[in-house]
Formats: sequence, structure tokens, C-alpha cells
Amino acid sequence: MYSLSEAAHQVPVIEPSAADGTFSLLWLVIGLPLLGAVVLLLGGRATDRWGHWLGTLMSLASFAVSLLLFVELLGRDEGDRSITQHLYDWIAVGDLQVGMDLLYDPLSALFLLLITGVGSLIHVYSIGYMEHDPRRRRFFAYLNLFVAAMLMLVLAENYLGLFLGWEGVGLASYLLIGFWQHKHSAAAAAKKAFVINRVGDIGMALAIALLFTTFGTTSFTAISQVSGAAEEDTLTAVGLLLLLAACGKSAQVPLQAWLLDAMEGPTPVSALIHAATMVTAGVYLVVRSNFIFELAPTAQTVVVIVATVTLLWGAVIGCAKDDIKKALAGSTMSQIGYMMLGAGLGVAGYAFAIFHLITHGFFKANMFLGAGSVMHGMNDDVDMRRYGALRHAMPITFLTFAMGYLAIIGFPGFSGFWSKDKIIETALAENWVVGVLALLGAGITGFYMTRLMLMTFFTTKRWKDDVHPHESPGVMTVPLVVLAALSVLGGVLLLGDWIVDWLAPVVGEAPHHEPPLPIIVITLLTVAVVAVGVAAAWFLVGKREVPLTPPQDVSFATRAARADLYGDGINDLLVGRPGTATVRGLVTGDRTLVDGVFTGGSSGIKAVGDLLRRLQNGFVRSYALSVLGGVLLVVLALLAVNLA
Amino acid sequence: MDFVKPTIEYAELAPLLIVLGGACLGVVVEAFLPRAVRRTVQVALATVVLLAAFATTIWVATDLAEVADGAARGLLAAEGTIVVDGPTVFLWGLVLLLSLGGVALFAERRIEGGVSAFAGQAAALPGTEAEREVSTRGWEHTEVYPLLLFAVGGMMLFPASNDLLTMFVALEVLSLPLYLLTGLARRRRLLSQEAALKYFLLGAFSSGFFLYGVALVYGFAGSMQLAAIAEAVRNDTGNQGLLLVGMGMLAVGLLFKVGAAPFQGWTPDVYQGAPTAVTAFMSAATKVAAFGALLRLFYVAFGSDRWSWQPMMWVIAILTMVVGAVVAVSQTDVKRMLAYSSVAHTGFLLTGVLGVQGAGELADGQVTSLQAVLFYLATYGVATLGAFAVVTLVRDSNGEATHFDRWAGLGRRSPWLAGAFALYLLSMAGIPLTAGFVGKWAVFTVAMSAGAWPVVLTAIASSIVAIFFYVRYIRIMFFAEPDVGPDGHPGEVASVTTPSLLTSATIAAGVLATIVIGVVPGPVLDLASRAGDFIR
Repeated sequence: MYSLSEAAHQVPVIEPSAADGTFSLLWLVIGLPLLGAVVLLLGGRATDRWGHWLGTLMSLASFAVSLLLFVELLGRDEGDRSITQHLYDWIAVGDLQVGMDLLYDPLSALFLLLITGVGSLIHVYSIGYMEHDPRRRRFFAYLNLFVAAMLMLVLAENYLGLFLGWEGVGLASYLLIGFWQHKHSAAAAAKKAFVINRVGDIGMALAIALLFTTFGTTSFTAISQVSGAAEEDTLTAVGLLLLLAACGKSAQVPLQAWLLDAMEGPTPVSALIHAATMVTAGVYLVVRSNFIFELAPTAQTVVVIVATVTLLWGAVIGCAKDDIKKALAGSTMSQIGYMMLGAGLGVAGYAFAIFHLITHGFFKANMFLGAGSVMHGMNDDVDMRRYGALRHAMPITFLTFAMGYLAIIGFPGFSGFWSKDKIIETALAENWVVGVLALLGAGITGFYMTRLMLMTFFTTKRWKDDVHPHESPGVMTVPLVVLAALSVLGGVLLLGDWIVDWLAPVVGEAPHHEPPLPIIVITLLTVAVVAVGVAAAWFLVGKREVPLTPPQDVSFATRAARADLYGDGINDLLVGRPGTATVRGLVTGDRTLVDGVFTGGSSGIKAVGDLLRRLQNGFVRSYALSVLGGVLLVVLALLAVNLA
Repeated sequence: MDFVKPTIEYAELAPLLIVLGGACLGVVVEAFLPRAVRRTVQVALATVVLLAAFATTIWVATDLAEVADGAARGLLAAEGTIVVDGPTVFLWGLVLLLSLGGVALFAERRIEGGVSAFAGQAAALPGTEAEREVSTRGWEHTEVYPLLLFAVGGMMLFPASNDLLTMFVALEVLSLPLYLLTGLARRRRLLSQEAALKYFLLGAFSSGFFLYGVALVYGFAGSMQLAAIAEAVRNDTGNQGLLLVGMGMLAVGLLFKVGAAPFQGWTPDVYQGAPTAVTAFMSAATKVAAFGALLRLFYVAFGSDRWSWQPMMWVIAILTMVVGAVVAVSQTDVKRMLAYSSVAHTGFLLTGVLGVQGAGELADGQVTSLQAVLFYLATYGVATLGAFAVVTLVRDSNGEATHFDRWAGLGRRSPWLAGAFALYLLSMAGIPLTAGFVGKWAVFTVAMSAGAWPVVLTAIASSIVAIFFYVRYIRIMFFAEPDVGPDGHPGEVASVTTPSLLTSATIAAGVLATIVIGVVPGPVLDLASRAGDFIR
């Protein structure tokens, strides 16, 4: 046992003050989109005509409240930026006391802005994108639900509240991925996402149970104050379970397989899942649980390993995909890997993980919506081999997409440059192997994003005959422009280390580690590696003719990447088949053993019953005899016990 | 010799006096009012009497003085022959509520096409011209209401009696009207009369044992008073044999009434033969009253000698549960199934009787076995009354369709009624979130803490067997297709007759009580524990 002050890292203790003044509006942030979802779902067809406006309005209103709260929070002292709001007692069973409490601090403040801000832009965009869908109102209801659940997730003050949002996100993603449920592939993808997420949820549920048995509470405030007193083994177990949960939601290896299939949902959904919500939940969880991970170095190491594997895994998949959305999905997986890596690096990396999460939120939303815009113009075709030279047909989409592209590859000055660079830098400082792999990932990112860019907007026209690409309507391009601007400018958050200082009260301040190389060298190295990746793409894709059908005489690596690095096969092997075999075994056991005992037992009892009922022959004399026998039994029993 | 006027505590005895007075009034009504208005008047009279008695019971309950340092509340009334204490009042309330349900079922006329379920004229021989004539005139026996009130009076006196003679009188007062009511079925009259005669003969037989036991115990203790007997048992007058045999004989009389094995022989025949409304009333209320008396006799009079009688009760409890549960499995008639289930429940209740009695032996928050049994009686009474009420409604061209083949697919034809029946069965089976689960839990835990684990194990095993035959009915109702007859046409199936408000209200109230007590058992458990202990 060691006291907090002696801990290896200084773990910040959460000491929130009660919400007053403007902050008492906190619940509205969740309440508004939730109300929107409820009205739209219960209102039914009556709300069809104005449902999309209501949904968008609720999201925008939630954003307005978030902005207001953020400004208020900026005005507070650094040590006073944690606020809780107690809504009501949620669960009170014996020792388990859980309040419906919200926690608003610098970390959740940033998430609120990202979720409601990018979420609102996606709502606006969807007005145009879903215009011809007969179930648009329902779509907006689900979007509202998704946003509300995600807000619950980041605003909850305890793990159980977080779990509520966590499951809400799972439900909403299921509904949205499978929104076009008439398509078999969409229904299957929704099911897949849901099932894989359940695997992660097991980790979450077990972690909460373990926290409760260890600390007697699930509150962040309470646990952050006493986590130092717990045994490291326990904390490691909690950390690994939380990581399992995070892997499910954030699509980290080995629970990554659902993310690519989730592209079956309408494109705004992909943007929402990939940029503002869902996949960031795992990163949030790890950062929020810093008071666990800081004291469980083993768990942190595992986070770093998982993150590194994932960032390469996603990048490799992204290289081989011809489906524009799947290529982007691979890139998401990879970028989330970077965030996880940052989070796994501990105090030094938390702030950069969140920083990258935000910039990624901007440029990935930008690119997904851009991809949606392209599909909109190409009759919903997603095959990049049938695109090409779209920069003239869709100038706004092209330009905004280009901004996102430059941001994600880390072109100097763009937002992604600042955020990714910082993570690579920190990784190199902490462990050079991981740092080098992260650097390699940056190069691959440069390759697959350039490939995507070239196949879509440059090279020659490979359009199908009946396709007439056109620019999307204003309601779709305006969000693109806003997001493009954010993709370019997102780096300002790092000015004067603002984001690091801002998050310091929540995640702590790192002692300065001198990186092995001067920072400017690392930066130049990163740019150089990315440049190699871009150049490779230029020579392999840009300079050649893009075949209309994917060539089959390709290397093993390409085949593997096309098959998602056999992610489904691995899942099938590790979980699917053993699970099926276990179920088969259990069913057989149930049929033979359990049913056998049961039916055998019941027929045995019935036989005895049939025998006994013969005594019930309807003759009073027999009954009287039985009574007399009973008298003897009673009297003899009494006498035998007492006089023996 | 001076005659001393006995003091009667009229206020505290009011519920009892109201019921018995109402019964007498009912006889007068029968004699003087014209036939046309009798039924209305009788039903109204019985309802008013029971409601008034229930109201005064509540009033008495709130007004009981504490005795024995607050462990019990109440007083000895009528020169020490009647005890009005917490358990008495609880049982009075329960019996009165169940009887109200009974009156509602008695008064039901819609399901028989405008006549009651009782014979037009009991004296008319079945199948004769006289019977047909009575039938065409639409006569009915309205005497059933005063009979019911007399039985209720006996049931209220039974658990309240403080000496053996009063107890015997109460036993007879409650039994004789029931013998008569059993024989009054409108349909299948021979079966009904046979049941009544069997019930009467065996009842008389067991009463004889009871009376003999009274004599023997008097010989041992020199008094009929329970307190005096308890005193004699503690001081051991030296004639142990007299006490033990007497105790055994008294036990036989009571165990017969509650339907414990091997005294259960009458139960299925009588439950099946009696008009179902009577069965509903009798199975629920009689058990409540008889268990009250059993508890009082064995806890108050023989409480200090419980090591003598508990092994005997163990044997009887185990035997009763096994016989009830196992034989119920092979029943194909719903009324007989419920009869055997009632036998099994007697066993479960006896398990509770074996539990710890003193408040000093209890863990914190645990109930005493008296309270557990009282609670169980409430849950069982409600479920049984309700289940038999449902049986009255499931009919085919021959009246009530009690063979279980006829119930196939009932769930699809009348989902609400079948749902109610399923709920009652689940409660009897002790499925969580129904009242029966809490009751079973209560009696099993008290017996377990008293170390009666073999009995509890048997009880659990019997419960599992019981689930089998309860759930079988649910399966038949909801998941089975009606059998196809030899001619290829589906066999006749029962349908549900729409009842009047009386029966529906009874069933609905039972459903409500079963769910509410199952989900929030607190208030009723609280009531049972507030009843406190017996006054000794």
C-alpha cells in the first residue's frame, strides 16, 4: 500500500464542485437530443414532414448549450473546472448506490463540443443526403438517439452511467448501420457490429463489477481518490477489462472486424460513427480511467501493443480496398490506433490522444461526408475503380476533401500534422520500437490516402455509362466547407500547448522526457516518411492505368489486405468455431443428459403417482382405514420418540 | 350457589358475533321472505355482514392492547374461552376476505344460464319428475348463504378458541355447513351427494378422534384451557402416555381438516364433487382456519413439549408433500389436480409449522414460523380461490369441463382468463415475482433455521415435482392443439363462459393480490409480523 503522493505518477484526483448558474443547464445537453429522439420515435408519421428539422434543431441546440458551458468553463480557475450535477438517485440497492450524476470537466467539455458540433453538421448534411428516403424521420430519430447516448457516455460521473451511454451507442449504431434493413448485407453488418460490441461489453460489465467489489462504488470521483490504495493486480485486471471494452467500441484488434462492414449504413452514419462518436468512446474510456491505468503499468503496456498492432493493421487494409468507404474505414481503424497509442503512453500521451481525436473528428467527418457527396453524384457507386477525374465535376467536394486528405497524411501546417506528430514524438520518447512502427504507419497512411485521392479525383474517367457526376446541393456542401476549415485549422488547439494545459487537471502533467532525437529532426523524419508513401502511391497508382476490375495476379500481402487481413477468419477461428462447438456440445448434453434425467425422473414420478392413486379408490371404508393407519402412525411416532 | 353473569367482551368479539348473527338472520329471511326476492336479500345480507365483520376486524386490530412486553397484543374474551390476539385478527381478516370471494362465486348466475350452481331442491331425487319440475321453475337453494355464514363463523371461532371444547364446537360449526354445501351441486348431483356423504362420514370419524384426544388431554392436565394444559405439560404430571396419545388424537382431528396425508383421502373426492364455488371457498378458507387452530393448539398448549411432537410432524409433513405432489402428477382432472396441489400445500405449511417459534431464536429481520405460516396462508388462499373461480368458467355442453384435454388451446381462445389461471398456477408453484414464491421462501427459511433440513429438502423436491404438473397445464392451455377425435374431427373443447362482474372481480382481485404480494411483499409480511405472537 502506498499513498497517492508516493505513486509513480501523480494521478489527478477528481474533486468536482456542484453545478450552479449556467452549469445547471448541463442536463439539457443530453436532454435535448433525447427529447428529439423520443418525439420523433413516438410521434410516428405525424412528424414525418418536419422530423428532420426537429432532429437537426435539437442537435444544434445541444451544441449551443455545450458552447455556452464551454465559455463559462474557460472563465473559471484551472483548479475549479470540474462540475457535477446530481439529477436523481438512479439505483439504490443495498450497498450499491448509484446516482444519475453528470461530470463536466475539461475532458468532457471538449467531447461535448466535438460530438454536438460535428454531430450537428452531420445532421445538416443528412437533410440533403436522405432527402429521398421515405424513412428519413426515423433516421433523424436514431441520429438524435446516437448523439444523446454518446453524450451520456462522456458526461456520466460513474462507470454505470457511462455504461448506459455505452449500450445506448451500441443500440443506436445497430439501428443505424442496419438502417437499410431491406439489404441483407446491411442487416448482417448491423448484427455483426452489435455482436462484436457485446464481446467488448462483457469486459465493461466485468470491469464495473470488479470496481464495485474493490472500491464499493462506481463513481469516478470516489475511485480516483482511493485507486492508489488498491492492489496493482486488481487494477491491472480492471485495466485489461476496460481495454477489452475499448477494443470493442473503438474497433481495435482483435475486435476490429465490425468496422469495415459497418459501412453498410448510410454515409452520414459512417461519418458519425467514425468521427464524432462511437469509435472515440474507447479512447475516452482509457483517458477517463487514467487513475486506473496510471497505477497498472502492465495494462498500459497491453494498450500500447494493441494500439500499435491496430494502427498498422488498419493502414494495411486501407491500402488494398477499392471501396472508398472501406478504405476510409481502414484509415479510421489506423487513426484510432494512434489515439489509443497516445492514451496507452500515459500522462505524456493522454492530451495528444485527445488532440488527435478532435482533429481526426474534423478531417474524418470531412472526408466521409465528402465520400458521401461523391457517391451521391455517382449513383451510390462506391467502387473507386469506376471513379476518376472527379475534381472537375465536383469542385467543392474535391477541394474540401483535399483539405481532409492533407490533414490526415500530416501535411505540415494542417491539423493532422500537429496531432499525429505529437503522438509519434511521444512514442519515440517512451519506446523507440513503438515510435518507429508509428512512423511507419504514417508512411502507409500517406500511401493509401494518396491512392484514394488519385483514384477518385485524378487519373482518367472510368465512369459507368449512365453516371453523370454533379456537385451536391448546398445543404451538403456547407458542412463540408466548415469541416474542411476545421481540418485545416484544428492545429490551433496546440498553440502554446493550450490543450495540454487545458487537460492537465484531468489527466495530469507529464514530467518532461527528452526525445532521443531533437524534435525538429523527428518532424522532418515524419514528413519524409509520409512523402515516401505519397510518392509511392503516385508512381504505383497515379502514373499507371487503373484497371476496371481488381487484378487477380497480386502478391500475398495484397490478397491478405483485401480480405481485411483475415480478421473475420481469425474471429471465426478464435470465437466463432469454439463458440459453436461449445453450444453444440451443450445442446447435446442438454438433450441427452438433462432431458434424460428430467423425462426419466418425471415418468418415474408419474409411475409412482399412478401406483399411489390406486389407493384413492373412492370407497369411504378405505379412506377410513387410511385415517386409522394415520392415527397409528401419529401415535406410534409420538410414543416412539418419547418413550424409547 | 350464586349465578355469576359471565362477562362478554362484545366489542372485541363483534366480528364473530356479526357473522353468526347475520347467519341467524339469513335463516329468518329464508323462512319469511317470498322466493322471488330471497336471493337478492340473501346475497346482500351476506355481503353486508361480511363487510361489516371485516370493518370491525380492522377496528379491533387497531385497538388491541399490548401484552407480554409487547411481544403479543390482544386479550382473553368470553371468560377465557376465546382469544382475540394478533394472529386471530389476521386470520379473521383473511377468512372474511376469502368468504367475500366465496359469496361472489356463490351468487354467480350468468354462467349456468340464469340459475345458480346449486341444486334447485336438494331433497328431490336426481333424475326424477320432481327434480325436473324444480328445474323448470328455476328454483334454487338460497340457504347456501346462511350456511356459508355459519361456516365462516366456525372458521373464525376455530383459531380463536382458547380451550379444547370451544375448539371442538368450532370444528363442528364450520364442518357441518360445509358437508351440506358439498351436496348441493346442480349438475352431477350423485357425485356431489356421494362427496358430501363421504366428507360427512370421514369428518365424523376424525371428530371422534379429536374428541377422544380432548378427553385424554383433560385426563392428563385436569383442564380444558390451553394455558392450563401448557402449565401441566411444563410441570409434567407424570402421566406422559396419556398426554402423548391425547396429543396424537387431537393432531389427527386437525390434520384431517387441513388435509394432510394419510388423512387426505377425502380431499380429491370432495373437491371434485362439490359445486366448484363451494370448493373454492372451502379449500381456501377451511385451510386458513384449521391451520390457525393447529398452530394455536401446538404452539400454545404443547409448545413447551415441542420435541415430542415435532418428529411426528416431520413425518406427516414429508408424507403429505410427497403424496400431494406425486399423485397430482397423474391427475387428468383439473379439480382433482388442484385438490392434490392443496394437499401438497398443506405439507409446505406444515414445514412452516416446524420452524423456529421464539423471537429470541431469530436472526435480524427474520420472521417467526407463525408469521411465515400466516403469510403463506394469505398467498395460498388467494391463489386457490382464484384458480377454482377460473375453473367455474371453463365449460362445455356438459357443464364444467374439468378434464385437462378439454383445456387444450384455451390460451389462444381466452388469453386473459388462461393468463390468470397460469398466474395462479405459477404462484402455487412458487415462481419468483408471484406471491407464492415469497410464501414458500418464508416457510422454508424458518424451517431451515430450526434445523428441519430433511423436511425442507423434501419440500424443495416436491416443489420441483409440483412445477411439473402446474406447468403442464400452462403448456396445455397455451401450446397444445386440441386432440383430433377418431372421426377426424377435433374433439370437443371447452370454452370460457362470460361471467358476471362477481366472478370476474374475484378473479381480477386475486390476480392483482398475487402480483402485488409477489413484487412488494413488504406490507403483507409486515402485517403478519405485526400480528405478533399468540397470547398464552
